Amino acid sequence: MTTVAAPVGIDDPITGAAIALRSVSKAFGHGADAVVALDGIDLAVGRGEFVCVVGASGCGKSTALNLMAGLDRPTLGEVEVDGRPALMFQEAALFPWLDVVDNVALPMRLKGVGKGERRGRASELLDKVHLGGQGHRRPHELSGGMRQRVALARSLAQDADILLMDEPFGALDAMTRDLLHDELESVWSGSGLTVVFVTHNVREAARLADRIVLLTSRPGRVAATFEVEIPRPRRIDSPEVSGLAAKVTDRLREEVRRHGSR
Amino acid sequence: MAVDEHLLNLAGLDALESVLGKAPSRWSRVWAMTWPKLGALGLFLAGWQLIVWAGWKPEYVLPGPAKVLPRLWELLFVGEFWRAVGITMRRALAGYAVAVVIGSLLGISIARTRIVRSAIGAMITGLQTMPSIAWFPLAIALFQISERAIMFVVVLGAAPSIANGLVSGVDHVPPLLLRAGRMVGARGVGLYRHVILPAALPGFVGGLKQGWAFAWRSLMAGELIVIVGNKPSIGSRLDFARQFSDSELLIAWMLVILTIGIIIDAAFTKADLTLRRRWGLIDNATR
Repeated sequence: MTTVAAPVGIDDPITGAAIALRSVSKAFGHGADAVVALDGIDLAVGRGEFVCVVGASGCGKSTALNLMAGLDRPTLGEVEVDGRPALMFQEAALFPWLDVVDNVALPMRLKGVGKGERRGRASELLDKVHLGGQGHRRPHELSGGMRQRVALARSLAQDADILLMDEPFGALDAMTRDLLHDELESVWSGSGLTVVFVTHNVREAARLADRIVLLTSRPGRVAATFEVEIPRPRRIDSPEVSGLAAKVTDRLREEVRRHGSR
Repeated sequence: MAVDEHLLNLAGLDALESVLGKAPSRWSRVWAMTWPKLGALGLFLAGWQLIVWAGWKPEYVLPGPAKVLPRLWELLFVGEFWRAVGITMRRALAGYAVAVVIGSLLGISIARTRIVRSAIGAMITGLQTMPSIAWFPLAIALFQISERAIMFVVVLGAAPSIANGLVSGVDHVPPLLLRAGRMVGARGVGLYRHVILPAALPGFVGGLKQGWAFAWRSLMAGELIVIVGNKPSIGSRLDFARQFSDSELLIAWMLVILTIGIIIDAAFTKADLTLRRRWGLIDNATR
């Protein structure tokens, strides 16, 4: 495994990309105990692109997101982010002492936006994720799917143009997840948002992405990329999406097997 | 998929999944909180009367509720009674207020700075275990028999609990909320104001409640020892009843102390419950 598939999509040298990782490595710990989470990753995400990162557990998907979010620094290599990133987690991580509107408005409050303006803008964002009229409710009164939509609105309230999502729908049931795929797609399409969406669910990736990036495990390397040319809107149960998912899954199995035989 | 259909699906799912807030009516909640207290009171009075009837002590030493409760009723119509209660409550609230300010400042500085924590963190917990009555000899040496001596001990009694409550509240802020706070742009003081302190509120309320209990006990001890002239207080009235061997009056005053304690405890419990309900912590606890 000496050659690594070079990322396609953006010509080298990487310019004009919203996110560029150049030979990025990340190790945790020191010396013999060091765990290499990422090993020489090259990845470019174009402005407005929707990229899904899939891989078996332990492939450093979340590490890559943390690097892009600026929450962590690479051990080697360069991370370039041109834009304002917002990070969403598997849990909505809403603040229980604030109602829904104030949760969405908090990023603006921290920037010193006046009360009337930020509440107005928060209500608009809630309308956008189809939660208009729910602003007065508390996070615990909402379902898991609604909470994630509030978290999405809160991310948008940061004036983010890059959305980094760490298995955001991983804890939801399939029905809710399908609807949130539609929701996310409608927020993203035509907005110019750049999305990096980490998931271990291959079908989800095929449903959403412009491009799927497959990472290997321990150390994390880019094993393959798949351009998704299925026209939108898509359905997760359509034959095209299922076909692509099967292809990606086969490739993923190959990686896992290679790992086992080593 | 049509947008309308998507909306319809979404709305239906939201309605299905939403937690239906079936709040019990106000009266049933009040009753649910009151009846155990009334029951305990009844048992307490019955046990007391039984002991008196058993003739363990002569009735002038240990009178029963039938003697004490009428005395208590009479007291309620005496101006001096309300003056004494007023002075005690003023001391309690003033001392408690100072303790809240000092305890909060202490708590924040311990939670924030590692050096302060390693320097005085353990000492604050040690102070909490110090019986407040042990402070009085020093307090009297410093401030003589005065209001300030009482205040000194009340503050020393309550502030460590309040500080500790705040520290443990801050220490137990979920890391996920901290990450989320940083992600939405909260840094430094903003992170404290908008994320850490609100998240620490349940722990802080616990500390406030415990701090009140310590303040109240310290005050009662203080009023028995430090009797300031021409200032009737609950403690001084209690001591007065003891000196005149008036057990009925003595126990009547003790019931006053108990009642005030119960009322204030109920207020704290209510605040705590309201907080937990608003945060959705009750559902998780009972599920």
